[in-house]
Amino acid sequence: MANQTSSHPAHVHHHFVDSDQQFDTAKMGMWVFLVNEILFFGGLFCAYIVYRTWYPELFSEAAHELNTLWGAVNTVVLIGSSLTVAMAIRSAQKNQTKGLKINLLITIALACVFMVIKGFEYSHKFHLGIFPGEYYTFTGIEHPQANIFFSIYYMLTGVHALHVLVGIGLITWIYLRARKGEFSSEYYTPVEITGLYWHLVDLIWIFLFPLLYLIE
Amino acid sequence: MGGLFDFMLPELESPMTGASTDAVMGFIHLVSFILLIGITIALIYFAIKYKRKSEDDETPLITHNNTLEITWSVIPLILVFIVFGWGYKGWLTLQSPPDDAYEIHVSAFKWGWTFGYDTGAQVSNEVHVPAGRPVKLVMQSEDVIHSFYVPDYRIKQDVLPSRYTSVWFQAEEPGESQVFCTEYCGTSHSDMLAKVIVHEPEDFKIWLAKQGSGGGTPIERGENLVGIHGCTSCHSIDGSDKIGPTLKGLFGKEEQLADGATITVDENYIRESILEPKAKIVAGFENQVMTSFEGRVSDEEISDIIEYIKTLE
Amino acid sequence: MADAEVSNVKTLQVKRFKPSENPKSTFFSEEKGLWAWMTTVDHKKIGLMYLGSVALFFLLGGALALLLRTELLTPAKTFIEADTYNQFFTLHGAIMVFFVLIPSIPAALGNFVLPMQLGAKDVAFPRLNLASFYIYVVGAIFTFIALANNGLDTGWTFYTPYSTGSTSSVVWVTLGVFILGFSSILTGTNFITTVHKLRAPGITWGKLPLNIWALYATSIIQVLATPVLAITVLLLTMERTLGIGIFDPALGGDPVLFQHFFWFYSHPAVYIMIVPGFGIISEVITAFSKKHIFGYWAIALSSLAIAFIGFLVWGHHMFTSGQSAVATTIFSFLTFLVGIPTGIKILNWVATLYKGSIEMKTPMLYVFMFLFLFSIGGFTGIMLGSLSADIHLHDTYYVVAHFHYVMMGGTLIALLAGLHYWWPKMTGKMYNETQGKIAAFLIFVGFNMTFLPQFIMGSQGMPRRYYNYIDQFTPFHQTSTIGSYVLGVGFLLIAYYLFRSIFSDERAPSNPWNSRGLEWQSTSPPDLHNFDHTPVVIHGPYDYHKPMEEFQLGLAASHNGHGGHGHGESVEVTTETEKA
Repeated sequence: MANQTSSHPAHVHHHFVDSDQQFDTAKMGMWVFLVNEILFFGGLFCAYIVYRTWYPELFSEAAHELNTLWGAVNTVVLIGSSLTVAMAIRSAQKNQTKGLKINLLITIALACVFMVIKGFEYSHKFHLGIFPGEYYTFTGIEHPQANIFFSIYYMLTGVHALHVLVGIGLITWIYLRARKGEFSSEYYTPVEITGLYWHLVDLIWIFLFPLLYLIE
Repeated sequence: MGGLFDFMLPELESPMTGASTDAVMGFIHLVSFILLIGITIALIYFAIKYKRKSEDDETPLITHNNTLEITWSVIPLILVFIVFGWGYKGWLTLQSPPDDAYEIHVSAFKWGWTFGYDTGAQVSNEVHVPAGRPVKLVMQSEDVIHSFYVPDYRIKQDVLPSRYTSVWFQAEEPGESQVFCTEYCGTSHSDMLAKVIVHEPEDFKIWLAKQGSGGGTPIERGENLVGIHGCTSCHSIDGSDKIGPTLKGLFGKEEQLADGATITVDENYIRESILEPKAKIVAGFENQVMTSFEGRVSDEEISDIIEYIKTLE
Repeated sequence: MADAEVSNVKTLQVKRFKPSENPKSTFFSEEKGLWAWMTTVDHKKIGLMYLGSVALFFLLGGALALLLRTELLTPAKTFIEADTYNQFFTLHGAIMVFFVLIPSIPAALGNFVLPMQLGAKDVAFPRLNLASFYIYVVGAIFTFIALANNGLDTGWTFYTPYSTGSTSSVVWVTLGVFILGFSSILTGTNFITTVHKLRAPGITWGKLPLNIWALYATSIIQVLATPVLAITVLLLTMERTLGIGIFDPALGGDPVLFQHFFWFYSHPAVYIMIVPGFGIISEVITAFSKKHIFGYWAIALSSLAIAFIGFLVWGHHMFTSGQSAVATTIFSFLTFLVGIPTGIKILNWVATLYKGSIEMKTPMLYVFMFLFLFSIGGFTGIMLGSLSADIHLHDTYYVVAHFHYVMMGGTLIALLAGLHYWWPKMTGKMYNETQGKIAAFLIFVGFNMTFLPQFIMGSQGMPRRYYNYIDQFTPFHQTSTIGSYVLGVGFLLIAYYLFRSIFSDERAPSNPWNSRGLEWQSTSPPDLHNFDHTPVVIHGPYDYHKPMEEFQLGLAASHNGHGGHGHGESVEVTTETEKA
């Protein structure tokens, strides 16, 4: 372990001993960051839980305004993208640059599909007058707190969508680096930690979908 | 020692709610004082006794001592359990007003208090109560969060805009006690004061009867309304400008508006300013916010207020 | 060279590296110039930049405090309007909490010291570290925009619905705090990872300096609590821009929910501020009594205990808010539990002094001040945790005095101890000891004069955040104001002699206090890569009974500053010492 004086590859930063240490460190940093992301969404989930406990009837009523079919399609799309990002990491590990690039592109495409569907859902609601907060004009739900359900809906899905956009940006950046041939089985840390991030974004949606769309 | 602790607290006027508080505070202060003296003496003694003599001083290796550490973990633990139980017991009393308590409705607003009695009488910034009888205040805020605090009674409760909260006390002797607002609520937070005035039960009945149910001449009713709704906390009646323009000499006056127009103050302008404060703002007051009184004052009441304003020349 | 590996024990060839008293190159002499500083990824430079910014904000917050105290000289208006006063106390609170206390020890001193105490060349993610500094700067800019544009008058707590209706620029500040939160999160993430992954050979968990344990516990709180603040201020921002109504009673929401959200962060934030202070006290008290710390594990683990229990007590800020009775009872009970580990620490430190060799240098003076002042802060905290007493004392000056004893008497005094302790290491210069002692005396007198009277008037019923007050409180307010001026003079004196020392010619020795800490086994100021060898640690950081040369070991094989070393997880080192 101590015998690495001569071999210090270019991608290893000066303050690390070797590739392994750098990889472990980066991965751990990402995990700690993901814990923080979970707490971030945790705050919103708390608001959700509090209001759902106070107004259970509102939540089952308002959930009918959400389109379960498109929500389900989006869930499948995101799970698919999680699979392709995992395959991208696998390709990097096996030195298959082509597979890496293709899988990254599919992931980006699926993420875009998700955003487009989400966009249609939003615009449909705006059309009905279901705007966030005080701009809410929809009259279809007879409940004084109906606006708050949709405030929570927009906050949760909006912050999640923001994370998807950040993810698209990150994966595009990884793709560009992959095209330059920066990754190999020796060094694929950025692919791995971006993948971790993407799995979390996916996982949060898997919680959001039943909590918002599937209330009976 | 006891003298210092007494000095720290104001005279207790409601032993039913405050006696336990005073006792637990005395206990904590006393124990803390003894422990603090102990720690301080140890610090000073060690600093003198073990003063460095030379750079080559040898110190013994003492890494830990389980008995000692367990002792000084368990003893404080027992002490805080006592304090918790004691404080909890006192707090339970504060939470449970007696069933026969006399109820008064409290409305808090920026920046004043209105107290309403079951006879329909309303008074502002002075709550009159009978001595020797538990009094329960049922409170609600008209705008932001306020907090009702009477140091002499050791009671405090936040007043919320969304729901009712309550607090109770029992003053034993006739007298006056200070009420503070203790939840920050803006410009005149520190002037949001009131008094509790305790009467002998007989005197209280007489006082309450004199209040009637809000009768009197239109001007008297108007004056009362201006007090109850707290208009004077922003609009002075002595000619000085506070948060808003003064009411003195307002009626019939020409006002320069923020948008450049001028207007003569008449009945309709006053009415509009009460119901829709943002419609026509006097120049120089653009940054101030007045809440609408729509739904809080009736048309008759507005007429009374206008009659009162006319008298302020 | 690593020869044999037998189970967990690895044999390393080491030799002694005595730090040079006259270093040819330091991190000051390498990578010079403004641009090099601004783009540096060196944790020491970043730490110093944080220190400078924190000092600047402290100056601003302190000036506001003096203006507030001056206004309170008389019961009615003294020289500023009520609205100005309200803005000043809001900004004093917000600046001191978010821009001074939270980043002060971890981001400024911690950044400098943490990698050195671990024997690492830098933190795990140096570029991220620089990024968090700039995020801090951007957060500050947002706050200054608010200052220039209508100010802020909500109190640093932003309680709804006052903050949703206020005409001041709440959104700028909430966005500023939101951005600032990321700086804190990234620093925490960086530190946790560094402590896990970048320890020098031989530094097992049991040989970590207590300062590292404290910073580690702090980082955990930062990572777990700050995101909740982020979401809270984001919701508040949305409340003001879109009127989402979650906290606004006018739209069907609940204002008390905001308080829960806010204190869920802001109570643990209290521990973000104070726990790093505990770390400094452990370092300084051992160095100046030349003695092993008493109860290493008790102090290390109580930091973690405080970090975790600290998450469960936020409701004690809300005993009068109208939250449920069950919640109030539980929160009060848990509050007492969090007091115990804190008390244990105090007694452990006092016991460390027993049979020591105590030298009353300036840093040690601050440690003694800390132990006295922080004890008062702790005892009054027990008072405020007690339910019936808190009903009387909540939102009075008693609370104001309590948290100043904890935050200023605790954190800030610990910061001063650490600053004086590490100053020679950070700058390579020595400050004037006599002036240091005079300043410490002024601060001690000024501090108690300012805040002791506040306990008395608080328990007599003086509410906080009051612009006017009733006449009976006048003598207390006036004493307090005069005390605050003394305090101000003390701080100016510190600024003066520290500043002067930078430009003096007097070089500080590499280890002026004869500390056994690893950070002292480098040159003063350190080399760009901290050590010109890979340090190897065989003793605990407080083993003052072992000779100094056994603390100056490094891998014999590599000493070019870029060489390799195994990181210290579960590695034990047996040594063949070779005198250099």
